[in-house]
Amino acid sequence: MVPLNWYLTLAAALFCIGLYGVLSRRNAVAILMGVELMMNAVIINLVAFWRYLQPTNINGQVFAVIVFAVAAAEASVGLALIISIYRRRNSVIADEMNLMKW
Amino acid sequence: MSISQILFLIVGAVTLISAVLVVTMRNLVHAALCLIATLFSIAVLFVLLDAGFMAAVQVVLYIGAIAILIIFAVMLTRRVMADGSEQTNSQWPLGLAIAAAALASVAALLNAPVWPALPSVDTSLSISALGKALASPDGYVVPFQIASVLLTVALVGAIAVAGEKK
Amino acid sequence: MPDFNDYGIGNIIVYLWKLLGWWIGSLGVPEPWVTVIVTLVAIVSLATMALLIPIFTIWLERKLAARFQDRLGPNRAGPYGLLQSFADVIKLLGKEDITPTGADKIVYNLAPLVGVLSVVTLWAVVPLASTMVGARINVGVLYVIGISGLGTIAIMMGGWSSNNKFALLGAFRTVAQLVAYEVPMIVALMVPVLLAGSMNVADIVERQDSMWYLWMAPIAAALFFITSVAEIGRAPFDLLEAESEIVAGYHIEYTGMKFGMWMLTEFLHAFTIAALTATLFLGGWNGPFAKEFPLLGLVYFFIKTFAVYFVVVWSRSTFPRIRIDHLLSLNWKFFTPLALGALVVTSLVMMVMNEFAASASVMARTVTLFAANVALLWFVFELIRRSARQARAEAEGGHDEEHASHGGDGHHDEHGHAPASAH
Repeated sequence: MVPLNWYLTLAAALFCIGLYGVLSRRNAVAILMGVELMMNAVIINLVAFWRYLQPTNINGQVFAVIVFAVAAAEASVGLALIISIYRRRNSVIADEMNLMKW
Repeated sequence: MSISQILFLIVGAVTLISAVLVVTMRNLVHAALCLIATLFSIAVLFVLLDAGFMAAVQVVLYIGAIAILIIFAVMLTRRVMADGSEQTNSQWPLGLAIAAAALASVAALLNAPVWPALPSVDTSLSISALGKALASPDGYVVPFQIASVLLTVALVGAIAVAGEKK
Repeated sequence: MPDFNDYGIGNIIVYLWKLLGWWIGSLGVPEPWVTVIVTLVAIVSLATMALLIPIFTIWLERKLAARFQDRLGPNRAGPYGLLQSFADVIKLLGKEDITPTGADKIVYNLAPLVGVLSVVTLWAVVPLASTMVGARINVGVLYVIGISGLGTIAIMMGGWSSNNKFALLGAFRTVAQLVAYEVPMIVALMVPVLLAGSMNVADIVERQDSMWYLWMAPIAAALFFITSVAEIGRAPFDLLEAESEIVAGYHIEYTGMKFGMWMLTEFLHAFTIAALTATLFLGGWNGPFAKEFPLLGLVYFFIKTFAVYFVVVWSRSTFPRIRIDHLLSLNWKFFTPLALGALVVTSLVMMVMNEFAASASVMARTVTLFAANVALLWFVFELIRRSARQARAEAEGGHDEEHASHGGDGHHDEHGHAPASAH
């Protein structure tokens, strides 16, 4: 039997790996990949808590489904923004997107 | 050690190793392919958690749609970032420290309490329960509809932002 | 030891499987590992069966295509050329195995493997007979959709890593085509799910014992068939490898057995979608006495599958390749709305029938659903006819020939007489 905290530890590790990716990558697409990893860590947590704490109550999976929808929206809009910026400025490096920076 | 524990350890190792490769690889197409491996092994984790529907949605949505979008974006924007150039910014040691600190604190938290054992219930009906919860007025029909509106807005927004101006 | 009389000759495969489990258990292997070993044996034998099918279907397809073109086809190796596939395999094994310079070695060599995997794993949920199902997972239909997504990734990997612009073009076309055609395919697949009230493929087959879903949902069946032919990239949708335009698309650089694996993927995929169509819409293993003698169900299943496969080959050797803009507008402007309409109409009819005529027989339900489908189709074609007429009127009003072929965009494919220019 797999204990619940194995899943939680795995999800935490995945979240932190994603966090490192978001903080350290220069390429905006790579930053988005880090965000996807963090989202997935959250979904693992939701599903694991559903299975271990309230398997008869479906709420955990409902939240996970909504996170999926949000992830899809985030990825499509995020990549559209990156493509649009690439077209105008010929760059996908997050540090160079500083037009609005004070 | 039981079979399910061995399976979990193998799948978890694949997940974490490929996730580390996602954030460290220089070649972004390789990073995206590693992302697919991570997402796929997370789908296997969902199967181990008796959430078959989540696993299927994970494969359909993340691998079938989001990962392909990401690979496509990488290929379209590839020219400006040759593989040899620096892929990390100047503050990466700080980022590493923050991520490690976050992991350490969460791991410390996770060690303390006593966790419940896996309840043995029949989860084969959870898929119809999920369908009812998402579509019934007593359940989550309003959040579900809002999520679909969000998706439509994202669709229109993505086309408006990325579409070529005439 | 399991008793043979409990199973009988019709169920001999299940008997052999149980016998194997008993034998391994008697060797002193602990209980959970017996299940693991027996399941592995079942997986390997099912996958081997799936991988051996193309040896026959390649010969069959070449023979059929030859007949359609008034030729004889392979007839030298063995009787009726039956050994031709073996000769091909030996030839491929003898070829030099090249990894092009500048190619991405790992991805390049991994891509055909992922391709083969994405097709073979589909067979896990296809019920071969009432007692022969690889995995009774309760999200079988979603599983099928997800695994097809893996195939797209395999093609992208192959196309990108070859370091060849034609291969890359093939990969880009793949994304445009396969991702687009997945949308109506998913929606069309939801119709049998709705009718059966289950996403388990084995359940969907069992619910078809009195009536095939082909008659209850003809539009969904046709849409699923057409979009899956597009999904495997066969003529008339073979833009991803179009020989006359981009040479061979994503597998242009592959040689030897790696090329053979791409071919295997393509042929097995074609057969697999025939099997899925037969399973979801033609009743799968259902037939007279199929429940009592599962072996007979296996025979029915393969007869139906080969019938659908014949249609795949037929359309391949009959229709010319469709243009890329037509392909996409056909999908987004015709197939997707039609699939959504079919889903809405089916669920409406089901609701009304359950509300007012809950005791209606299967026959009555079928007739009502069929009539609703025909009505929807008539309505859609009426709309198309009207807009095509309008486009033609506009084109004839102007005198621009370019405009004439552009105005009816996406409509002339499904409706025979294109708005031909008046000159």
